[in-house]
Amino acid sequence: MTRLVLVLALAALVALPAYAGEFYVNLASQVLIAVIVAMSLNLLVGYGGLTSLGHASFVGFAAYVYAWLATRLGLGNGAAAVSALMATTGLACVFGAVALRATGLAFLMITLAFSQILWGLAYRWVSVTNGDNGLSGITRLAPFGVSLDSAADFYWMALAVSLVAFLSIAAFANSAFGATLRGVRDEPRRMAALGHNIRLIRWITFVYAGFWGAVAGLLYVNYHKYIHPSSLSIANSAEGLLGVIAGGSGTLGGPIAGAALITILKNYSSAYIERWNMLLGFVFLAIVLVVPEGIVPGLRRLLARKGDGK
Amino acid sequence: MTAPALDIQNLSKKFGGLPATRHVTLRVEVGERRLILGPNGAGKTTLFNQITGDIAPTSGSIRLFGLEITGLPPSRRAHLGIARTYQIITLFQKDTLEHNVMLALLGLSRRRYDMVRPLASMPQMRERAQRALARVALDHVAQRKVSDLSYGEKRRLEIALALAQEPKLLLLDEPMAGLSTEERTTIRNLIAAIPRTTTLVMIEHDMDSALSLVDKVTLLHYGQVLVDGDRETVVADPQTREVYLGL
Repeated sequence: MTRLVLVLALAALVALPAYAGEFYVNLASQVLIAVIVAMSLNLLVGYGGLTSLGHASFVGFAAYVYAWLATRLGLGNGAAAVSALMATTGLACVFGAVALRATGLAFLMITLAFSQILWGLAYRWVSVTNGDNGLSGITRLAPFGVSLDSAADFYWMALAVSLVAFLSIAAFANSAFGATLRGVRDEPRRMAALGHNIRLIRWITFVYAGFWGAVAGLLYVNYHKYIHPSSLSIANSAEGLLGVIAGGSGTLGGPIAGAALITILKNYSSAYIERWNMLLGFVFLAIVLVVPEGIVPGLRRLLARKGDGK
Repeated sequence: MTAPALDIQNLSKKFGGLPATRHVTLRVEVGERRLILGPNGAGKTTLFNQITGDIAPTSGSIRLFGLEITGLPPSRRAHLGIARTYQIITLFQKDTLEHNVMLALLGLSRRRYDMVRPLASMPQMRERAQRALARVALDHVAQRKVSDLSYGEKRRLEIALALAQEPKLLLLDEPMAGLSTEERTTIRNLIAAIPRTTTLVMIEHDMDSALSLVDKVTLLHYGQVLVDGDRETVVADPQTREVYLGL
């Protein structure tokens, strides 16, 4: 039953360009990018108990490295993408090593500080980043010679990458290592006494989340063909975090629902309501009041209760 | 002559200006069973926390089977053969008993870095978890969540987690605290059945249950070793009577 629903949902997603207009196809691409950001951040927030306010760093950094290498150094798009992934993963290695000296609120503040440094650099290091004007003139990747310039082609690429990201992140979270990660979240002292290296477990997760953040960043810059310092802003990090929490942190489906909700609200409702931020506020209020644990686990609870009532 | 299981020299720990452990020197031979006695605030748990590495001592040294471990992190010490239980129950409440024991087994296994296979698809590990649970007679509720257990069952699971690791040195921090007479007997028999290949150090207030389990007793008072020796000697010592029994 569940399998049938999943297959049908997947088929509907693959066939989306056939029945939806270009606006919706592009919106779907943006949703997919936000979903990858939220899923990777969820590894830290939900499974690791490490609330980060700097996840946009990896998205924005990968995007900037790709844009800079491709437009300023004249590197091929493929080489620029691989380099951006490697550089961003390296950055996550360093950030993680420093930020994970702390946990809790201190960890949050350090990740915030890191992302603010990158954001400041993007604004001020004009010779490299072109400052407030951003980097433009970026062309999309053409994997195996297939052009991604049309909305549908890009969407299918983003869908394929999202599926790989989902399966990789799900496998990671459900693995033996994922079990130790949750253990470290719940009882760090006990885990250390049992022989688990809690710093290393958190660091590996941080780097893995950073890598998938970079993947999302590459999709982001390929989609917009433009990159601006605001991609590194705290608002972007917070939006990712809100997606995770609204959808339900520590679940596989939660970040997907949360990120989709926010992206759709932001892009779709803003066409009709000027004060869409207020609408977003009301939606969050409703979530906090009705399903405080997040949309996905909350709905599951409500459905189970309804089932019991019969 | 073999090195003692635990050789503590001049161990001191100060919290700010407050000394919690004062020049503790303690030797536990391999295979020995030792009881640590002392009134509340005597520094018993602080001593345990220094042996496991949760707390760094201000000065002094700790040797495990002749190996200097004073500066090592807790996880490394676990790999060297130390396991412990907690006075305040510290379990993974949302997970099943089996999952709890598997996290203990995983701690000393290379598989803990397996990022692909779930715990559920590791049959050998599940079998070992099942056996560890059987040792504390909890194998029939292996799939139940810890939060559904009674207090006494949680105490037994605490011990199962430690025993699953087949430690060389086992530290039990008040394993019978808060239990009924009947449950105490269960725990007592359980501890008595631990093979002598495991050196045992136990903190316990219930002398009736604990004394018959051990060979030697150490009495701590205000962070200092007051009396140290054979069970009978320590119990007969007037200082023990004065400090501990309040006579």
